[in-house]
Amino acid sequence: MLKVEEQTPVVFSSELLAKFDDVKSRYPEGKHKSALLPLLHLVQAEYLWVSTPAMDKVAEYLNIQPIEVYEVATFYTMYFLKPQGKYALEVCRTGPCCLVGAEKILSHLENKLGVKEGEVTADGLFSFRGVECLAACGFGPVLQISPEYTFYENLTEASVDKLIEDLKNKS
Amino acid sequence: MSRKLLLEHINIPGINTLEVYRQKGGYRAVEKALKTLTPEEIVEEVKKSGLRGRGGAGFPTGMKWSFLAKPEGVARYLVCNADESEPGTFKDRYLMTYIPHALIEGMIVSSFALGAKVSYIYVRGEMMPQIRILEKAIAEAKAAGWLGKNILGTGYDLELYVQPGGGAYICGEETALLESLEGKRGNPRIKPPFPAIAGLYGCPTVVNNVESIAAVVPIINDGGDEYAKIGIGRSTGTKLISASGNLVKPGVYEIELGLPVEEFIYSDEYCGGIANGKRLKATVAGGSSVPILPANLTLKYANGEPRLMSYESLSEGGFATGTMMGSGGFIAFDEDQCIVRNTWNFSRFYHHESCGQCSPCREGTGWMEKVLHKIEHGHGSMEDVDLLWDIQRKIEGNTICPLGDAAAWPVASAIRHFRDEFEWHIKEPVKSQSQNYGIANYATPIEKAPVTEEK
Repeated sequence: MLKVEEQTPVVFSSELLAKFDDVKSRYPEGKHKSALLPLLHLVQAEYLWVSTPAMDKVAEYLNIQPIEVYEVATFYTMYFLKPQGKYALEVCRTGPCCLVGAEKILSHLENKLGVKEGEVTADGLFSFRGVECLAACGFGPVLQISPEYTFYENLTEASVDKLIEDLKNKS
Repeated sequence: MSRKLLLEHINIPGINTLEVYRQKGGYRAVEKALKTLTPEEIVEEVKKSGLRGRGGAGFPTGMKWSFLAKPEGVARYLVCNADESEPGTFKDRYLMTYIPHALIEGMIVSSFALGAKVSYIYVRGEMMPQIRILEKAIAEAKAAGWLGKNILGTGYDLELYVQPGGGAYICGEETALLESLEGKRGNPRIKPPFPAIAGLYGCPTVVNNVESIAAVVPIINDGGDEYAKIGIGRSTGTKLISASGNLVKPGVYEIELGLPVEEFIYSDEYCGGIANGKRLKATVAGGSSVPILPANLTLKYANGEPRLMSYESLSEGGFATGTMMGSGGFIAFDEDQCIVRNTWNFSRFYHHESCGQCSPCREGTGWMEKVLHKIEHGHGSMEDVDLLWDIQRKIEGNTICPLGDAAAWPVASAIRHFRDEFEWHIKEPVKSQSQNYGIANYATPIEKAPVTEEK
């Protein structure tokens, strides 16, 4: 559900706009709306989520109505419509991963981070959620971390602990 | 060892780079196709090969290509479907990660055959690492003159772009994928018109799976007839199988179609048997959408003949005692797995992924999820099993796209083959929370009687 709460204006950097231009050049004349999904990914990589003012800016850039951006951002599950942790951990919770212990990894993360699914830790570093199949079923359980979407495979509780420590030390 | 056409060089260091890929004979198919063959001849070779769409539907690729409309002055497009999201399927991710140039080479040959000047690879958004790999490989290929203007001096121009999705299973359906590529919600279109007539931007378009396009490379190198010699009957060539679940060696395997299922599961060349010395309870042979089968029917037909890994053999017996090849996502369940819990999990998946366009799917998938949740958590009643059967029947065949069927089949097949396990959950609401039903009478050899009590 899209809530229009965040109203802080957004100004896209010239670097980001250059990336926008590059994406837009991939489509035939007049079909630039095709750039919408890639552009939202670029926005999310920059801000770690997609705010309403950012979506309005994207609409302005593509010369389309804001609603055309909202309907897309709310349809696709990858776009975060509220702020996440610096590292947003997404654990696959679909059948094949559950056969090899994905549910245990999810409850372990909840205990380890001390937050519920969808919440952000007090230090702002982590959030997590269960997501549907990540197409890595043979290497499960798996998780990915946005915005780079690096994959971590064959997870155990110990390897998750180590991953979280490593990320903490990195920041 | 069976023949490998796609993964032959998978273990060679640096095969992801253009240099090593070329050393191993890469881009020979592009040279052959662009310099010595006409587009019609390429389509003819693909037809002769008998290649069937590797994304799940199994429709002959050459035939699909021959349906492409060619009106004067209208652009034509080839779009590669790399939106791999079917639970149990991860072969395309594997191929793109390790041999990205195999897909790019296939895209160049296929685009030439179809007369496309701009082609897109639509990759699911979660596969950002694979998107980066492909973009790097495309840049390498372009710098070396395999893409861009006047390729190999033949006058053929091709631009190839990677498009990320946004995390929606439904975009694996070809018309939803095209909607998404146009920057819209992934709502499948009503067909006809088929994409071959009006696809991307209303222009004639072919949408093919990653593995299908990669398979065009060996077909052009060796000829369609040679490719058709591999395999069995109308299941020609090799197929990538994604093996997951409770197996000793899960992973991606390239098999010659026609391999016995038993050999695939138990031989050391492939999955190496069931993990932790347990017994096989059930399998989903072609990705989560296809019917689940108990172990005995997985290995053999109802008449006792061995079942093979081929389109025809896996579907032998129809849905009563058979299943489907699907996308080749082979999921194995050991004796400790709960069929009710897995069916609930899959139903939640389809509910989550329903685009919401058609009411039978939008409402039905959620309803099935709730009823299954109830049974799994010990609150079910006997009527619920019949209710589930009723709901799935009313979804199947009543939706614009096949997601409705894909949601209905796992539920229908679970009830068809494992009804006693559902009933045990209902009759034993407490015990079923801490124990599993076990292998019961599904597997061979039969060693354990069903746990169900007398009525």
